[in-house]
Amino acid sequence: MEGGEKPELIVNGKRLDGRDFGELRSLKIEAEVLKNADGSAYVEWGNNKIIAAVYGPKEALPKHISDPDRAIIKCRYSMAPFSSLEEHGRTGPNRRATEISKVTKEVFENVILLDRFPGSEIDIFIEVLQSDGGTRAAGITAAAVALVNAGIPMSDVPYAVSAGKVGDKIILDLNKIEDNYSDADIPIAISPRTGNVLLLQMDGSLTKEEFKQAFNMAKEAGKTISELQKSALVDPYRKLAEKYKV
Amino acid sequence: MAKISAVKGEYIVELLSKGIRDGPRKFMDYRKITISQGLLPNAEGSAQVDLGNTKVLVGIKMGVGEPMPDKPKEGNLMVNAELLPLASADYDAGPPSPESVEFARVVDRGIRAAGTIDLSSLFIEKDKVWSIFVDIYVLNYDGNLFDAGTLAVMAALLNTKMPRYENDAVVREGEMPKLKIGSIVTSCTYAKLGDKIIIDPTGAEESVMDARLTVTNDEQYIRAMQKGLNGAFSYAEIENLLEKTFEKSKELRKVLEGLKG
Repeated sequence: MEGGEKPELIVNGKRLDGRDFGELRSLKIEAEVLKNADGSAYVEWGNNKIIAAVYGPKEALPKHISDPDRAIIKCRYSMAPFSSLEEHGRTGPNRRATEISKVTKEVFENVILLDRFPGSEIDIFIEVLQSDGGTRAAGITAAAVALVNAGIPMSDVPYAVSAGKVGDKIILDLNKIEDNYSDADIPIAISPRTGNVLLLQMDGSLTKEEFKQAFNMAKEAGKTISELQKSALVDPYRKLAEKYKV
Repeated sequence: MAKISAVKGEYIVELLSKGIRDGPRKFMDYRKITISQGLLPNAEGSAQVDLGNTKVLVGIKMGVGEPMPDKPKEGNLMVNAELLPLASADYDAGPPSPESVEFARVVDRGIRAAGTIDLSSLFIEKDKVWSIFVDIYVLNYDGNLFDAGTLAVMAALLNTKMPRYENDAVVREGEMPKLKIGSIVTSCTYAKLGDKIIIDPTGAEESVMDARLTVTNDEQYIRAMQKGLNGAFSYAEIENLLEKTFEKSKELRKVLEGLKG
């Protein structure tokens, strides 16, 4: 939310970029984009460009942080200093990134079968190369694909998307301008198999009824996002099969 | 989170599954809340909140500085939280942990989203605005820092007096009007253990909880939400807790409204 002159975000029942209230931006997901990482994914979500990589499971270091019963997850969400339309950002994690890294880690602690790898660590790196609103949701969606691509056993492949409020209208997948001037911003991560909410944050102003609407929009969008995640995961194998004419 | 023995942890969960909470409370009861204001006269505002054995102190200082480049006409609000090593055997000195950063940011978001402080009223002149520094000091940890912290920040803000800015200097003498406060916000934090949900968890309860949900509201709106930890909530659970929050927050708001300032 931002001060200053608030632009008209909804004109003639359409959003500034021409979308309907419940419409996702264009979304492209590609798996296995980095050689060194055990798993990786690249997401273009509207103007967001985000790359995620997974290393591990490997020995948890330093030793004293390891858990003899299960794997631990290290997660780093970070925005490149050149990623925003505004000025050059500070390098390294700030307080916002620290918090996003924490809640992202907690999403994956829910679905990764951690007890399969005692004493190990699994590293999740999310780098935002270009940002246009909704980067934490896009990062989680990308990291989920990278984890599967790394062969990490999981109970489900979560997705995330943000909903929000402009005036009295609930809208899906806010871009940067909408995010800056919205009346509420609600990032949500869902485990599609159970419908469980793994991440929920919100600030602004919202009624219970509006939350319901926002949640249902996010859930509906999840069908599309999950499909794209799945096809991104299959794609590298389909290409291999074509190459060797299997 | 406090470290407790496995036996104690199992005992808490086992009891809850039978519908009983360790201690005299019911699932949706808060512990006793005691608030005192103005303990630190050097600070522009201060308050201490005791929520059961959780003890949180907030000091507020005001200074003159530059506005944020993207908000040239608004004052700055900065909320910081310190999990002091003296507050728990599990807290270490050193750089802020992700827990303390999350704590400060969740408290900040609720107050900011509700417009509790009219930041545009803190504008002095071009490139010069008031900055409000809110520091949350945790003196004793026994769970539910979020609610104690939000209460303490609100109580301290209600106690804050505005210095004057005269001849390029901050003057903290003579007539100091109270800082203008818009809507009062409070937060309600819930812990989920197994399929049971309780409000205002103690340190021991937090050490065995699966998931946490904090809902900050004013009289009209939900102002902030934050789900934490690796457990999950169903939509139905969240919907219930939103409803519960509008009910329970009345108790908290009453405590704040009873303060003299």
